Amino acid sequence: MSPATKSASKSAPKSVPKKAAAQAPQPKATTPPADGIHPGSLLSITQLSLEEVSNILALAERLAGESSSKHATLLENRKLALLFYESSTRTRTSFELAAKSLGAMTTLVSDKSSSIEKGESLKDTGLTLRALGAECIILRHNASGSPYLLAKHTGLPVLNAGDGMHEHPSQALLDLRTILSRLGKKQAVTETTLDGITVCITGDILHSRVARSNALLLPRLGAKVILCGPQQLLPPEAVDLYPGITLERDFDKALQQSQVAMMLRIQKERLAGMQIDLADYQKQYQLHEDRYFKHAPNAVVMHPGPMIRGLEITADIADGPSSAIEEQVRNGLAIRMALLARALNGGAA
Amino acid sequence: MKSILIKGGHLIDPPSRTDRLRDLLIHDNKIVELGDPGKLNATAKKEGAEIIDATGLIVAPGLVDIHVHLREPGQGYKETIESGTKAGAMGGFTALCCMPNTSPVVDSPEITRWVLSPERNAVIRVFPVAAATRGSMGEAITEYGSLKAAGAVGVSDDGKPVLQDAVMHQALIAAARAGLPMIQHAENTKITVGASMNAGARAFRLGLRGMSVEAESGIVERDIRLVRELTTSGKGPRPHLHVQHVSTAKAMEAIRHAKRAGLHVTCEVAPHHFMLTDEAVEGYNTHAKMNPPLRSEADRAAMVTALLDGTADCIATDHAPHAVHEKEQEFEKAPNGITGLETALSLSIKMLHHQHRMPLLRLIHLMSTAPAHIMGLRGRGTLAPEAFADVVLFDPKSTWTFNARNSPSKSRNTPFDGQTLPGVVKMTISEGRVVYKA
Ligand SMILES: [Zn+2]
Repeated sequence: MSPATKSASKSAPKSVPKKAAAQAPQPKATTPPADGIHPGSLLSITQLSLEEVSNILALAERLAGESSSKHATLLENRKLALLFYESSTRTRTSFELAAKSLGAMTTLVSDKSSSIEKGESLKDTGLTLRALGAECIILRHNASGSPYLLAKHTGLPVLNAGDGMHEHPSQALLDLRTILSRLGKKQAVTETTLDGITVCITGDILHSRVARSNALLLPRLGAKVILCGPQQLLPPEAVDLYPGITLERDFDKALQQSQVAMMLRIQKERLAGMQIDLADYQKQYQLHEDRYFKHAPNAVVMHPGPMIRGLEITADIADGPSSAIEEQVRNGLAIRMALLARALNGGAA
Repeated sequence: MKSILIKGGHLIDPPSRTDRLRDLLIHDNKIVELGDPGKLNATAKKEGAEIIDATGLIVAPGLVDIHVHLREPGQGYKETIESGTKAGAMGGFTALCCMPNTSPVVDSPEITRWVLSPERNAVIRVFPVAAATRGSMGEAITEYGSLKAAGAVGVSDDGKPVLQDAVMHQALIAAARAGLPMIQHAENTKITVGASMNAGARAFRLGLRGMSVEAESGIVERDIRLVRELTTSGKGPRPHLHVQHVSTAKAMEAIRHAKRAGLHVTCEVAPHHFMLTDEAVEGYNTHAKMNPPLRSEADRAAMVTALLDGTADCIATDHAPHAVHEKEQEFEKAPNGITGLETALSLSIKMLHHQHRMPLLRLIHLMSTAPAHIMGLRGRGTLAPEAFADVVLFDPKSTWTFNARNSPSKSRNTPFDGQTLPGVVKMTISEGRVVYKA
């Protein structure tokens, strides 16, 4: 409980300044995982130092560049469990193929095919997987923070494959790999690597773990990050995610400043109770050819998927030459191989 | 018939402003006399009194916690009236007001009497707060007169607010007629659906839905408006609104104004709201999840200020025991609340007495005299002759390390486990019986 006592021990002012309540906590650059959490875990992008990010990128670069036979037995006989409480095609397949191409054994536990259905707790499911020999768990869960719970109780390396509205750190790393290669930069980063680069992330920021992980990583490399979207999907407090982030409601203005345009899906399943006029949204925030060529004709276009073609992005853009969307998927495989190797190598990449 | 002489101690009694070396003579369940050191020796000897040496210790009226969850009936796996009152005794408490959100809800004289039955084995006094509405559903108010006759000392739907204006209006009138405080958990639940921590930048980053400051202050402001209308109308008795666990500067400001306007509005602050901020949630610590949630540093500081300047009337723990398996869940799934009886005095000494130089006399007022007064507990919160012999002996200078596993409480969901804290409770006496001894 050191964070708690630390804040408590500050002395209180005699009278309360009127505006102090609005002050945002200053995020730390890195928050190393707490005691009892395996160092090979990746729970939040904020736990990685830039050196660790560089090591992961370098390992991904090597694994992607060498012939697959060279690493086909790297994780031979190692056991990995994919624990998926939410359906996912891309991320699950990516982790699974990454594991298999390193020779690891994988097992998939999903909420549709297991005792999860019978109400078993996340802790017990984790302990069961550990008892069965799993050495690492890749978790996708609809509750923010659930990877922390699993990592704490199993002591195993846990890879966060997306938790609620919180984070999707492997996506941020694969996005970074994509941005670096598209911009012709080497796969190693410092605080100035992305100086002069502006990335706009547009769409349903509120519900997006991809947006959070990217917005917590890219500014640390010197990038300017613009979050763009309507009020309901982009609340004002998002600006406090990290210093150097700005909010912009006008997509055209955001595009005009950007070298990278990252588009997000509207998460219809999470919109319960919100009044979102999709036709209006489309008009204001869809990335289509006219808008692209008028405002950001050279920008790299990215999308974490799944895309809703015709809603946030049109087919001509998604399939066009500036689109890095397929490259993102390929890079996902390399990054996840690196993360699995790191997880089973005690946290060193 | 038994007498006890507590001698050599530094006696603190807020109502008489006693704050010096005094001996204290107890006979049976009542306070008999206070005297200068040594002056009561002869009387004590004549009565064959047991002598308790309180040299170096503070001797004060037993602490009174007007907001605890003892979980019975129905949730004995979290806490029982017996285990909860033992935890209270360990913390220096001699009277607890328990909330009605049990299973079933304490909304009838029968259930109120069940709570008060000797079969519950309470080791200190328990004063039930009964539900303000039937089943705490917020629709139809309960029968305050007969609940009071059965032993209830206040009405509240704690855990839930009384949301509807008309129902709250009615509850304030009925409570005033019955001579009970109307006790409100101030939360506009219409705008806190799915929320699990304080709203703001941290909640956004953690991907958790937030409870806004306005969800609390809005209800407090509404309730004060209703109290003002009833008070100024001059019809019927003056209503007494008691606001539970205030956590925001904004709600506290509204209470400050209400008091200045002469309305009968009281409030409590929980130790966690003056000790911690929402920073404690980092890492999805479910022992930092409670309702109202931990707030910003400015809010925390405002709670301290309110306790120092008298806007906050008392300290109450909101002791909310939960089983280990319930807290070892996904953050949003885990239930709200932490235990608090064992650590309240120490945390208050640490923050208010040590850091903010609040005199112990004032601290004891906030933890004993004032809460007893708010709930109308006669003969409690004072060491005056004829008062109940509810006494706590503690050493404010030495420290102890809290190990939640050693608490008599059935639960150990506390963020303060393992902390070394100032203020060691040495003995608790409830109506003349020693119920805790370190
Ligand atoms: Zn409450």
